[in-house]
Amino acid sequence: MKLSDEERSVLNGDIGEPADRMAMEIVTQAGRMLGADSLIKIESTHIDGCLYHGDSGALFCEKLVEGGGKVKVPSTTNVGALNLMDPKQSRLPEPQRKMALRLMVAHSRMGCTPSWTCAPYQAGARPRFGTQVAWGESNAVAFVNTVLGARTNRYGDFLDIACAITARAPNYGLHRTENRIATLILDVGRLSARLKNEDAFYPVLGSLIGRLAGETVCVVDGMATEPTDDQLKALCAGAASTGAVGLIHIVGVTPEAPDLATALSGQAAEETIVVSHQMIIDTRDSLSAAGQGSIDSVALGSPHFSTSECQQLLQLAEGKKFQVPVYICLGRHTVEALEADNSKQQLEDLGVVLVVDTCIVVTPILPATPGIMMTNSAKFAHYATGNTGHQPVFGTLSDCVASAQQGRLVRDQTVWGVQ
Amino acid sequence: MKWQADVLFTGNAKADVLRLDAPISFWGGVDPVTSKIVLANHPQLGLPVANKILVIPQLVGSSSSSAVMLELVYKKMAPQALVLCRRDAILPIGVLVAQQMDWPTIPVVVLADAPFQSGEHLQIDESGTITKCD
Repeated sequence: MKLSDEERSVLNGDIGEPADRMAMEIVTQAGRMLGADSLIKIESTHIDGCLYHGDSGALFCEKLVEGGGKVKVPSTTNVGALNLMDPKQSRLPEPQRKMALRLMVAHSRMGCTPSWTCAPYQAGARPRFGTQVAWGESNAVAFVNTVLGARTNRYGDFLDIACAITARAPNYGLHRTENRIATLILDVGRLSARLKNEDAFYPVLGSLIGRLAGETVCVVDGMATEPTDDQLKALCAGAASTGAVGLIHIVGVTPEAPDLATALSGQAAEETIVVSHQMIIDTRDSLSAAGQGSIDSVALGSPHFSTSECQQLLQLAEGKKFQVPVYICLGRHTVEALEADNSKQQLEDLGVVLVVDTCIVVTPILPATPGIMMTNSAKFAHYATGNTGHQPVFGTLSDCVASAQQGRLVRDQTVWGVQ
Repeated sequence: MKWQADVLFTGNAKADVLRLDAPISFWGGVDPVTSKIVLANHPQLGLPVANKILVIPQLVGSSSSSAVMLELVYKKMAPQALVLCRRDAILPIGVLVAQQMDWPTIPVVVLADAPFQSGEHLQIDESGTITKCD
């Protein structure tokens, strides 16, 4: 691998702290394994490694701290295993709880911005078009590449913090222009415009994209509407939970796809799939493990709920209290905004439990006895059973609110249109 | 018989093969405490990966698998070696970090279409040469 003089000096320990050498060793060795010919400079990172998976990760990050490890570029943190504003909310037992906290603290000490959110792009971290970054958390990776047109691979535990400390990443994959060209067309032009205006369409389409595209870069053609930031967030999260999706072009919407030909770089696609209404319905149904009866909880905010999604929920609820716990996962940036206009109090009055800095599928917060968990998130639906034991039911936000108010499943199927 | 694999992380190993007959993500797929496969419906469900030469035709999903790999090393429940069929950095990064922590490491090699089946006894050397032992 070709290294610059500076990179080589860090690797040899001639300049920098011991942690700089460790981080450079990890970045260069990972690059060699991936077949990268060089490293590139990066402008920001989003660190996924602050979520506790075992003591070893915490010990590694503490060794970086002891070795003088400091992030060299703006670095936001993904969720941790604890709500730092209400640490008892998670039933994570000792001694794991202590280690989970030590891991989060180690990231703060290395100079990370303590954002603790899986939607940092809604907390002010929005890399500019064309810039090179090293982000973790699959939904954020897909959002950065797709919606913002910045360039990152799917960085995971340890490599993410190593990239942050070196301000370098291996030059491979989606960092390189030639790997960002779509080879698969997903044509949604036959779906009704009304369906494509529904918020709940986006997580479902995302799930379908993940299954159809996997690791392939695809281009979605025929969208015909301008999706909102929250809709694109839901689409990216759905896609990245069912497939190793890093980049989705959407014609007329995303910056690298002003038109179909550009997304394909003027070449013919290897495959075109026409998305039918039935495929959307089948994908929607695959997100539910139950169809009727009572529900035990509602979980919202994967990725983390935005201020506007909270406001939408307040409007839909019209002040009518919930019969089952409604968990809203969100970042502290959103809590601050909700406190400013008294929305936080209104949400709590309805019976909402705010889950800050973390999320219900990564730490035990949902009721200990598994039950039926309703959600409008494809990602929650995907991970619920494996991570929590709760059985998911997917619905629109309006369905979730009505169901929470009645304590049983209420779903308005008309939004999905007739075949 | 001998095969020459590409070396991602060098080392020596001699152990029985456990071949994973379906794709797996170590995060959510391997219990970092017991080292057992815990992915529902996986053909190797319930089998421990500890001390095996683990042959992995296809990896999927989570980049948190690096953390599970490191935890297996830390708890002394790691496989003896990994034989991947495709270049991938997620699991080897767990091994790289173990090296930085001065914990024991294991060889990680890549051999496309690795033909090894569960129960066979293999030896892997530092240059990536794999030998079937009788």
